[in-house]
Amino acid sequence: MQKNFTKEDYRKYVEQISPKSKVLRNVVRAFIIGGLICIVGQFITNLLTALGLKKDELSSITTIIMIFLGAILTGLNIYDELGRYAGAGSIVPITGFANSIVSPAMEFKSEGYVTGVGAKMFVIAGPVIVYGVAASVVVGILYYLIK
Amino acid sequence: MSDKRLGTQTIKLENPPSIVATASIVGPKEGQGPLKLYFDEIIEDELWGEKSWEKAESKLMRETLAKILSKAGKSPGEINYIIAGDLLNQCIAANFGLRESEIPFLGIFGACSTIGEAMGIGAMLIDGGFADHVVSITSSHFCSAEKQFRFPLELGSQRPPTAQWTVTGAGGVLLSKQGTGPYITHVTIGKIVDLGIKDSNNMGAAMAPAAADTILRHFKDTGLSPDSYDLILTGDLGSLGKRICAEMLEAQGYPILDHYNDCGLMIFDREKQDPHSGGSGCGCSATAFAGFVYAEMTKGSLKNVLFVPTGALLSPTSTQQGESIPCIAHAVSISTSISS
Repeated sequence: MQKNFTKEDYRKYVEQISPKSKVLRNVVRAFIIGGLICIVGQFITNLLTALGLKKDELSSITTIIMIFLGAILTGLNIYDELGRYAGAGSIVPITGFANSIVSPAMEFKSEGYVTGVGAKMFVIAGPVIVYGVAASVVVGILYYLIK
Repeated sequence: MSDKRLGTQTIKLENPPSIVATASIVGPKEGQGPLKLYFDEIIEDELWGEKSWEKAESKLMRETLAKILSKAGKSPGEINYIIAGDLLNQCIAANFGLRESEIPFLGIFGACSTIGEAMGIGAMLIDGGFADHVVSITSSHFCSAEKQFRFPLELGSQRPPTAQWTVTGAGGVLLSKQGTGPYITHVTIGKIVDLGIKDSNNMGAAMAPAAADTILRHFKDTGLSPDSYDLILTGDLGSLGKRICAEMLEAQGYPILDHYNDCGLMIFDREKQDPHSGGSGCGCSATAFAGFVYAEMTKGSLKNVLFVPTGALLSPTSTQQGESIPCIAHAVSISTSISS
């Protein structure tokens, strides 16, 4: 090992010796847990179909139930454990979106309902909403022009 | 030049202050770790009867001070200064935890190196004749640190293997002019070192050059060598930072591995407790010192210790603005005898 590092040398050295995330293991876990969450969603959809709900109501109600489940599991301190295991598998489905809103709301309750819960609730989900809406506007314009 | 100075960064204390008492209180996870038998108290849950984690951290600080005073049999009026700091914005754990202490207060911030800075300043105050009794104390809390620096606790996310786990705990020492040791013999105040690491999930790699720089400076200034110490103990470099620090010093001709450990690796069982690269936080080095090191030194199984708490001087804002992480380490040399 050399005596004096430049920043560039040091960055390369650290990159080389830092332990890497276990990508394959994480991908497999994400696939399984993410898949299971989707199966639960499908099960609820099927159940609602059997109850005679119409097609356009189905997706909204399924979504609402999945968000509810994500929020409940966050409140019960379970979703963070799930996330630690599953990574993107539990972040990507809509339950993960619920988790990203409920978890800061819980965290900042100690700063009150206005400056705490209200102000901080969207610190993680906020960017997703902002850029999600912006992207859909762009896609909408493109669709209008191409059509 | 002052006759108490050695080389460029080290102070040799003419009348080495004695560490007469220590105390440590830790959280439940730390209380299941390998050092559990060394701590004075293990709290059962992280809120400890308070309404917020910040309040719980202040309580850790307050109760640790009370334990130090009762162990030493001192009243607050006998303490000349209390030097304290923590990780929270504006050091609120220290400021609020100690506001009823009725002791002249010096608040400092050295991130996770704060206990080293506090002990160093305290030792200088005593050796300079400005104080007879000084308390140096720091704390950190996993939940309040996560909230300030990272994500909400309940957010389901994964951390990279280089990330570290902030220790919940407070540790402190009482330094006195008179005492039977262990004594603080030298203090090497570190420089800010930044080798350009930007990843706040890899603080070990960011801090290791600062630790190596201070340890190297200590050896050069004092003429001591790694063999002069039974234990060279860095604060919270974790497994990766420890490796880098040791390799850097070896390249400079100071192989330390035979006597080297890191508080971040001692406080948790890495196999069972999954702290990733190791523990971190002001409380990591403070509780490991106040618990383990002090007990082993008073027993006599450790005689000479170089205690080097390490700190990453970043803020959430600097990280978001893409800044690299400036780091620091202070070395405090502690010995059970002052014959040398």
